[in-house]
Amino acid sequence: MSRYNDMFVQLKDKQQGAFVPFVTIGDPDKETSLAIIKSLIEGGADALELGIPFSDPIADGPVIQAANIRALEQNINTEDCFEVIGAIRAQYPHIPIGLLLYSNLIFARGLESFYQQAKAAGVDSVLVADVPLHESKLFRRAAVDAGIEPIFIATPNASDDTLRECASYGRGYTYLLSRAGVTGTESQVQMPTDEIITKLTEYHAAPALLGFGISTPEQVKAALDSGAAGAISGSAVVKIIEQHLNDKPAMYQALCAFVRDMKAATQR
Amino acid sequence: MIDTGYYGDFGGMFVPELLVPALKQLEQEFNKAQNDPAFQQEFYQLLNEFAGRPTPLTLTRNLVKNPKVKLYLKREDLLHGGAHKTNQVLGQALLTKRMGKSEVIAETGAGQHGVATALACALLGLKCRVYMGAKDVERQQPNVFRMRLMGAEVIPVTAGSGTLKDAVNEAMRDWSANYKTAHYLLGTAAGPHPFPTLVREFQKMIGEEAKQQVLEAEGKLPDVVMACVGGGSNAIGMFADFIDETSVKLIGIEPAGKGLDTEEHGAALCKGTKGILHGAYTYIMQNPDGQIEESYSVSAGLDYPAVGPQHAYLHETGRAQYVAVTDDEALAAFQSLAKHEGIIPALESSHALAYALKYAEAQEQDTVIVVNLSGRGDKDLAHVHQVLEARGEL
Repeated sequence: MSRYNDMFVQLKDKQQGAFVPFVTIGDPDKETSLAIIKSLIEGGADALELGIPFSDPIADGPVIQAANIRALEQNINTEDCFEVIGAIRAQYPHIPIGLLLYSNLIFARGLESFYQQAKAAGVDSVLVADVPLHESKLFRRAAVDAGIEPIFIATPNASDDTLRECASYGRGYTYLLSRAGVTGTESQVQMPTDEIITKLTEYHAAPALLGFGISTPEQVKAALDSGAAGAISGSAVVKIIEQHLNDKPAMYQALCAFVRDMKAATQR
Repeated sequence: MIDTGYYGDFGGMFVPELLVPALKQLEQEFNKAQNDPAFQQEFYQLLNEFAGRPTPLTLTRNLVKNPKVKLYLKREDLLHGGAHKTNQVLGQALLTKRMGKSEVIAETGAGQHGVATALACALLGLKCRVYMGAKDVERQQPNVFRMRLMGAEVIPVTAGSGTLKDAVNEAMRDWSANYKTAHYLLGTAAGPHPFPTLVREFQKMIGEEAKQQVLEAEGKLPDVVMACVGGGSNAIGMFADFIDETSVKLIGIEPAGKGLDTEEHGAALCKGTKGILHGAYTYIMQNPDGQIEESYSVSAGLDYPAVGPQHAYLHETGRAQYVAVTDDEALAAFQSLAKHEGIIPALESSHALAYALKYAEAQEQDTVIVVNLSGRGDKDLAHVHQVLEARGEL
């Protein structure tokens, strides 16, 4: 069974929403990154969203761009990322792990082989930031063949047809975007409209996790109140890494505390 | 092709979902405009009365020693703004107004596209902001000043390598937040669909005019048509009307920088591999993991690690041939044209010229060559001066 499915069922029993932190793998280096991810889990993350660093992350704002650059300066490659994920998976067999990355990293390895390696490492889902639904055929086919759940983004400007496609092609969860722009807390989250949530439900889309611009427990609560099944926070997490580059114990502690506070806001 | 955005396997719309509605709106509006006589009339009126079309075709007098060869230059250097860029910018600026948008976002490398965009926006009353790599802002001060004079905001980009590739990234980020009010006026025949097609259609008068002009002068089609290729807009504008004329050889010239055997070049077709950058599946410069490599060329306008998808297709099918010319060869051609013909070409165009001169010397049959002289060299004077001084040649 799908780890996402199990997670949503269990959270429902506990009357909780999901809190999902995002970090870039290999930021600021491979070893620290592993410890960072463990801190997120220890803090109470329900699932993980992990990025593979890329030289040209056009969907990301300055904070996550900087994380990509730090990781690439350490020569982190796709192989390293799979190793980190493998280590996490070995220690935490149940937590859903999603990858968020750019298409050229997949192309460079070959679609089939990339998705198979991701599966072998313990990845549950893959979201390709620069592959929209209408270009996704080969990607989602390779994903499904390898037993990976393809994730798609429901945007506030999407047409009805696009939302239908999003519901029908997506598995695991739906990445719900409530505002335009790139990742980052420079531009605050906006709560999704009833309309988009109603439509996604009507089209039987996978549960929606709200992302982009989420940095406070209040926003997590508001996301759940608006009908989302949970919230994803990326730049706010990465900012904590950036602020503690010279004091790792404090970094791990701050990350753990941040996740704990955000997770606490998911109780309905 | 126009409907799917693919040239063979190349092209596509590999962008975040958020940008898809904006690109589809652009595609629809472009298709309508192409079939709207009023739009075409306004576009061509601006091209003629504001930009100075048609541009002349000049037969070189002294440059070519081989008596069997006639070398013609398509004089886009004489276009208002100093380069072919002005053509398509006017088209896209008109489309911006047609879509009811009031702002324009652009990226620029050397500043040529930025200047062209700024002048079109000044003319048509659009608010304009231009992303430019911080390094390029330093290197290209006169163009930064030109843009500012014409009312554009120039935003230096420090992320990544601080050059054209990063300026494109930043422009796309801006667009994904502001697509409702702003049009992204991409500067070359690359990027996501519909840009490669749209930019070609707004540049193809270069080849159409050149064809008529050669026919008038020679009574026949040229044997070879050449143009430099960075992203590929001047080349596709020159090639488009000749693609179906299979007797005409098409040659695109990429920047070999310090040599194709070094890492410092910008020859995506000659040395790159297939991948996805800035929205299109095409040839790109990348490492085995798929990380994009930095390109290099003495000419900022060719310094880009990808190429337009139609060029990738013409390369793959063999309809066009792509070769590369080094910095030194381009600099020598730059000097030759100035000295022997009284024309100072852009360093970009000097690449095409350098190959044409080599090619001309090797011909044993009567041969008519047309080179797209895509821009003038004023913007390169300081840089070339510096290089020649350092070599002790001044």
